[in-house]
Amino acid sequence: MDFAQHLPALQVIVPLLAAPLIVLLQPRGFAWAATTATAFFSFAVSIAIAVRILAGDILRYEMGGWFAPIGIELRVDAFSAIVLLIISGAAAISLIAARNSINQQIEDHRQPLFFAAWLLAIAGLVGMVVTADAFNIFVFMEISSLAGYILIAGGPDRRTLPAVFKYLIIGTIGATFYLIGVGMIYMMTGTLNLEDMAQRVVGIEDQRPILVAAAFVFIGLALKAALFPLHVWLPNAYTHAPHMVTVFLAACGTKVAVYVLLRFQFSIFQSFGEHLLQFALFLMPLALLGIIVASLVAMFEGHLKRMLAFSSVAQIGYILMGASLMSDSGITASTLHMFNHALTKGALFLAVAKFATQYADLRIDSLKSAARSMPLTSFAFVIAGLSLIGVPGTAGFISKWQLIMAIMETGNMGFIMVAIVVISSLIAVGYIWRVIETLYAIPTDDLPDDAADVSVKPEKIDMLLIALIFTVAMNIYFGLVPGLPLTLAELSSKILLKVEF
Amino acid sequence: MKLFEFLGYYNYWVFAILLMIGFYAVIAKANLIKKLIGLSIFQSAVFLMYISMDKVEGGTAPIIKPGVVDQLYSNPLPQVLILTAIVVGVSTLALGLAIVVRIKERYGTIEENEILDAD
Amino acid sequence: MSPQLAIMLALVVPLVGAALIAITGRLHDNLRETVTLITATLLAVIVWSLVPLILDGERPEVTLLQVMPGIDIGFRVEPLGMLFATLASSLWIINSIYSIGYMRGNKEKNQTRFYICFALAITATMGLAFSANLFTLFLFYELLTLSTYPLVAHKGDAGTVKSARVYLGVLLSTSIALLLTAIIWTYHVAGSGDFVLGGILRGLMDPASVGLLLALFVFGVGKAAIMPVHRWLPAAMVAPTPVSALLHAVAVVKAGVFTITKVIVYIFGADYLFSLPQSGWLVYLAAFTIISASLVALRQTNLKRLLAYSTIAQLSYVIMAAAILKPMAEIGAAVHMVAHAFGKITLFFAAGAIYVAAKKTDIAQLRGIGRRMPWTMAAFSIGALSMIGVPPTAGFVSKWYILGGALQAGHYVAIFTIIASTVLNAAYFLPIVYMAWFEKEDTSINTNTSVIKEHGEAPLLMVLALTITAALTIGFFFFNGTVIELEKQIVPRLDSS
Repeated sequence: MDFAQHLPALQVIVPLLAAPLIVLLQPRGFAWAATTATAFFSFAVSIAIAVRILAGDILRYEMGGWFAPIGIELRVDAFSAIVLLIISGAAAISLIAARNSINQQIEDHRQPLFFAAWLLAIAGLVGMVVTADAFNIFVFMEISSLAGYILIAGGPDRRTLPAVFKYLIIGTIGATFYLIGVGMIYMMTGTLNLEDMAQRVVGIEDQRPILVAAAFVFIGLALKAALFPLHVWLPNAYTHAPHMVTVFLAACGTKVAVYVLLRFQFSIFQSFGEHLLQFALFLMPLALLGIIVASLVAMFEGHLKRMLAFSSVAQIGYILMGASLMSDSGITASTLHMFNHALTKGALFLAVAKFATQYADLRIDSLKSAARSMPLTSFAFVIAGLSLIGVPGTAGFISKWQLIMAIMETGNMGFIMVAIVVISSLIAVGYIWRVIETLYAIPTDDLPDDAADVSVKPEKIDMLLIALIFTVAMNIYFGLVPGLPLTLAELSSKILLKVEF
Repeated sequence: MKLFEFLGYYNYWVFAILLMIGFYAVIAKANLIKKLIGLSIFQSAVFLMYISMDKVEGGTAPIIKPGVVDQLYSNPLPQVLILTAIVVGVSTLALGLAIVVRIKERYGTIEENEILDAD
Repeated sequence: MSPQLAIMLALVVPLVGAALIAITGRLHDNLRETVTLITATLLAVIVWSLVPLILDGERPEVTLLQVMPGIDIGFRVEPLGMLFATLASSLWIINSIYSIGYMRGNKEKNQTRFYICFALAITATMGLAFSANLFTLFLFYELLTLSTYPLVAHKGDAGTVKSARVYLGVLLSTSIALLLTAIIWTYHVAGSGDFVLGGILRGLMDPASVGLLLALFVFGVGKAAIMPVHRWLPAAMVAPTPVSALLHAVAVVKAGVFTITKVIVYIFGADYLFSLPQSGWLVYLAAFTIISASLVALRQTNLKRLLAYSTIAQLSYVIMAAAILKPMAEIGAAVHMVAHAFGKITLFFAAGAIYVAAKKTDIAQLRGIGRRMPWTMAAFSIGALSMIGVPPTAGFVSKWYILGGALQAGHYVAIFTIIASTVLNAAYFLPIVYMAWFEKEDTSINTNTSVIKEHGEAPLLMVLALTITAALTIGFFFFNGTVIELEKQIVPRLDSS
């Protein structure tokens, strides 16, 4: 058994074990440094995993030496690998950039606990992805959610608290729905191992419980993934969370729920009667509605973070719309967009965090002429915004291209969908450009002293800015050389469609 | 026969009714504590579903004793799972209550509509 | 220098130039402007060095990188792109000379940003001109839109920003909504978007879909300003005059008609499109745009707005010529791109010179100005004659070919449109020329300044630039053999005969 076999276990165990140790690191800065180091180790592990996956492996790990399906199995294929990259990459980048912003928003003595929660969130999210056990997914989901509630609750504004409470209620209902679904499947199949489940589901005569279970799992995960119209928790939670937490969660939080959702719908229920068709027919209108409605809301939203949060809801719509096409290219587009959107939204929220270091108020109007004092941040926001719109040369364009290609394969019906994607891109132009114009507006001359005051304070070059520029550069890099995510996405879609579990 | 079958699943009916009671409380009650109580009922209902599914008629507790072979016993797995789920449920409840305490500190109320009015 | 290297250099040089301008801009103005001029000259030399090869029928190619399987960022020089690149890079030199005069004479702010964005726009133009496939073309098309936005919004006040928003909004949304859809559709149907002489879509789509696809392309390329997606061009008049010259003559609108011509010749194939009745509407749409834009131009009182509507009409000449789908007309389309560029850049330079010297923007203010600014108004008159199509100017050459193509096709609507628009062009340009030379200066019009501003010619650099372009306008009438020779290669029939 070579070292590579242990990688999936390391991915979960390291942040999980590091979390309680972090609590002990009281001196200022230590907790942050240790957490960041752990996150980078995690990132290295997921890169190593991705390398193995690209070489054609599938990594399996039997926890405690118990073989599947009796024991709990960890299992990593291309689909897991790309999501692992998203999670650990988002964690590493947001953590290394987090220092100043967190110092500003979280009191010193609470920081070790805060960072411990952050590590638990990472552990929970990667756990959901590596495990091949349906119940284990639930446990990790709750670990990540509980840690996530704590992270969001760190926000300084009192409005954070009702937002977290709402998220907690809805998140728990979602997880419980998932649990009910898994219980029903267990009743009918007698197994919790996903692979085993996929095989046993086929032979079952009484299909109704499985269908009901599929519905429960779907609704539960859709709540977690903020699929329109189950997204109500997301905008407030993202808006009021500490800025760096928003970066992290916006990049990977909902995507992991989407991951589990697709795993279940495709790998397990794929060959199960008419299920997939019903799933697609149910999902597609919701995804399309989500794209349009959430984009429109973003258009008229005055607060920068909330606007981006609504844009995230729309983007989840893109991801799920690709999946609802049920085709190879559709799922490729959808997986690729998970990756690209993580990059794009991560960059945008990093820029927001950077703006927040100089502007206490993040309503769009109050960022007027920000480009004067923060030229680099503003420019980074422009590039990331272009990626969100899907301008060629950026990562966002590649996924949009793939998505429209996939829709065109469906024939004439596809034109409505193409139209919706196109219209929502135009709306994205609208809401992004509103911000860009404000950033670059010429300051009005009636307050000359005030304006001079702002322009005197130059943009500080810190880790946050460097991370932001790096992420933006990645947006362009993966817009021109999308080989890595594209290959992983293509492999993922093969895996999901052919049940090579 | 039909009726018997219908009632024979009474444990699942209990599960479903409890689930709905909990769900109703979460949605309809404005008081945050009551919402959390509802959430707990909602989760407990699911625990009951798991526990009742593992019951094998005539089975005993799944404990290995020397000398006993071919003993009919209940499925231990769901019990183990639900043990974990209860821990999760308790943690969620604890965190929820902690947040409510903080809300009370910052807003001076735990009624949802009053909180919404306050902002 | 290998042609591959030359292609890459044509892209890298203006890009490096932009970076150097950014650095030297902090040091000294003269240094910055020297860098601009050197970069422009270097670029023109590089681009010109490719011309003999293309004339010999060579088609050098470079593939930069593969983005997705079947989708490359690649460059391939063919006659149409060669012409466009040569035109843009050569005019960049003249435009830079003019810019220096204008920007200094007008004491504009943020000059460094202006020169950087200008260089970036030229980079985008080079990439667009040399693109080997639709994907690459789209990439640089969007880059051109984005890099010209700060130029249009240069002044930065509320009104300018509003107009720039129209500029960006129309160009970006048409390209994302329609052009991108058309491009992906092409890739979906043909499996590639490479530009191949004779087209790549033959027999792959039903005729109705071809008509729809053509419509997506025509309306998606907002830069071609065909009605009803022409609104951005008059809106962009808020920009400084060198930018207007860039938009109208050097790059932007040319990129639009270039894209449409390229798509017709290399994606659909002119022959194939001609065989389908579903493509016939394009001539009528272009004819409608020509006539109505000319009528609107007739009613303008602001000189630059008049020129903008004139451009809209002239662009549709190119589209109409391309849409006639006959060999002579295709050549006419390419030639008209050049002819119009020379004429229109002269007109804009003159308008800018008048603004800098006399701060006059309205047509009515131009009475008698010929005596104060003889060089400028002489150049303006030459440009105006070229727009009308009077020999010996460039406009006559292209009109000759377009008319010839229309006669080949027996397309009476096109013939009538050309005649009618010539009359209209004369109707709105000749009065200005007459006023400027033969009427007395009118003191009552100058209400904004109580005293008539005593002024002579514009700064020397500006006069120099507009004299050169006016000379080019006339020169093109006599020396157009190379261009015709080059563009004959895009028409397969003529090539073989």
